[in-house]
Amino acid sequence: MQYEVYACPVCHQKEIAPGIMACRVEQESLAKAAKPGQFLHIQCGDATSMPLRRPISICNVEGPYLDFMYEIKGRGTEALCHRTNSLDILGPLGNGFIIDEAAYPHAAVIGGGIGVYPLYYLSRKLTKPSVYIGFRNRQLVTLEAEFADVAENLVVCTDDGSYGIHGYALDSLKEDVKTKQIDIIYACGPKPMLRAVQAFAEASGIPCQLSLEERMGCGIGACLTCSCETHEEGSGKYKRVCRNGPVFWSQEVVL
Amino acid sequence: MIDLKVNIAGVELENPIIAASGTFGFGREYSELFDLSELGAISVKGLTKAPRAGNPPTRITETPGGILNSVGLQNPGVDAFIRDEIPFLRQYRCKIIANMAGSTFEDYCEMAEKLSDADVDMLEMNISCPNVKAGGAAFGTNPDTVYEITKAVRPYAKHPLIVKLSPNVSDITETAKAAEAAGADALSLINTLTGMAIDVKTRRPILANVVGGLSGPCVKPVALRMVYQVYKTVSIPIIGMGGIKNGEDAVEFLLAGASAVSVGTANFTDPYACIKIRDGLAKYMSEQGAYTINDLTGGLLV
Repeated sequence: MQYEVYACPVCHQKEIAPGIMACRVEQESLAKAAKPGQFLHIQCGDATSMPLRRPISICNVEGPYLDFMYEIKGRGTEALCHRTNSLDILGPLGNGFIIDEAAYPHAAVIGGGIGVYPLYYLSRKLTKPSVYIGFRNRQLVTLEAEFADVAENLVVCTDDGSYGIHGYALDSLKEDVKTKQIDIIYACGPKPMLRAVQAFAEASGIPCQLSLEERMGCGIGACLTCSCETHEEGSGKYKRVCRNGPVFWSQEVVL
Repeated sequence: MIDLKVNIAGVELENPIIAASGTFGFGREYSELFDLSELGAISVKGLTKAPRAGNPPTRITETPGGILNSVGLQNPGVDAFIRDEIPFLRQYRCKIIANMAGSTFEDYCEMAEKLSDADVDMLEMNISCPNVKAGGAAFGTNPDTVYEITKAVRPYAKHPLIVKLSPNVSDITETAKAAEAAGADALSLINTLTGMAIDVKTRRPILANVVGGLSGPCVKPVALRMVYQVYKTVSIPIIGMGGIKNGEDAVEFLLAGASAVSVGTANFTDPYACIKIRDGLAKYMSEQGAYTINDLTGGLLV
């Protein structure tokens, strides 16, 4: 694995939706190494009072720049959103999405809420994927224009119907699969959504990759705290989200 | 010339910095970032007789100045460690401390026997984990049990035997004395303090195991006090730990009576923490005119 601790100057950081921040940092080596689905382990504030880094997925890479987006949710992200100078970042970490367009020419990308963000860099690397993204409401809809640029077709849904299609992104995907060839599904989002995507992939026999989230310690696979249950027995029952994931094949994991 | 070498129960460490058990795995991940020979020793992930899956997630959360964890001893078992991990670790000059966590006296004896025939440098008994045999309490919280289990394991351990003490006791000098009397060659302290955290929105504990072990900068004052008390009570070497994150923290533990220090939580904050702490310690020593670790150990002026 090719990861390192980098000092990353912050280019800009702004609130693009209520409680949702978009941040761009500059670090050429990190940007070059980063793959879709990998994450950054970020020191958000004072390390003595906050000993843990926060794992945040990579949203996009452009030249020497990396973009990531996050929701202000707790002490870490609250501290992070005020940072303007330089960030201490360990990365890029984890296994990203497997991109194999020879094996899977028609990809569907499905995301919910903040789980939409890591799917943007993935969608850029795919050839014209079908993209389904869902948000709670109109205010939280983000990256729509960006996805529209790279997707063959883009479906935007909201839980409350205040924008786009009223309902879940997965329901739109399920409809489309009836008439459209889909060879692989890539998903990221809240656990109930991932469970539903996993069940659909299983039922329809479509290969599926899920990007998971878990509270993390070291971020490199040593501390065994960010666990995800798998179908294995014994000491291999729990896999490390940071190292074996965060992207897993949907048949591997128990959600 | 500064000499960072330190001798713990006959084992010479290149420097007094030890990667703490449970935070460093078997060193493989950190070896991708730096040369493990830079460390004095690695205390490996707690080993059990049989492989263990560990606790369900959530296993970790941050608290002010610290972390709570409840990994639940996920490990491949002592046999897989001997077969797969020792050859890897032996590529490096750092000493190998095999950390053992059992549920019964027999578990510890059996592991100590197996590890005595293996190429490790020291054995560390983690007697602070929940168990069944001592009535659901931890082995490490009762001085009589600490004495008995150390006494039981001693004949099986051919390598120097470290007993890792729990801070979840009313008087740590009692368990320290018990371990020494039963034949421990060194003591390491402190293990984590039992704690918990609650999510008020869901009204549920954050850790799936409900409680976990607290570590990090917030426990340092407690750890220092315990090292200081134990140093005044026993004559065997002490490996001090608890919230060490820089060279000066390490110096504090040495002054309080430690002969070496372990670094745990700080590895999560900065994967290079051990190296930086070693360098910070060396810098302090050259500034203060201390030439050996022995010049610092127990050097507290009261």
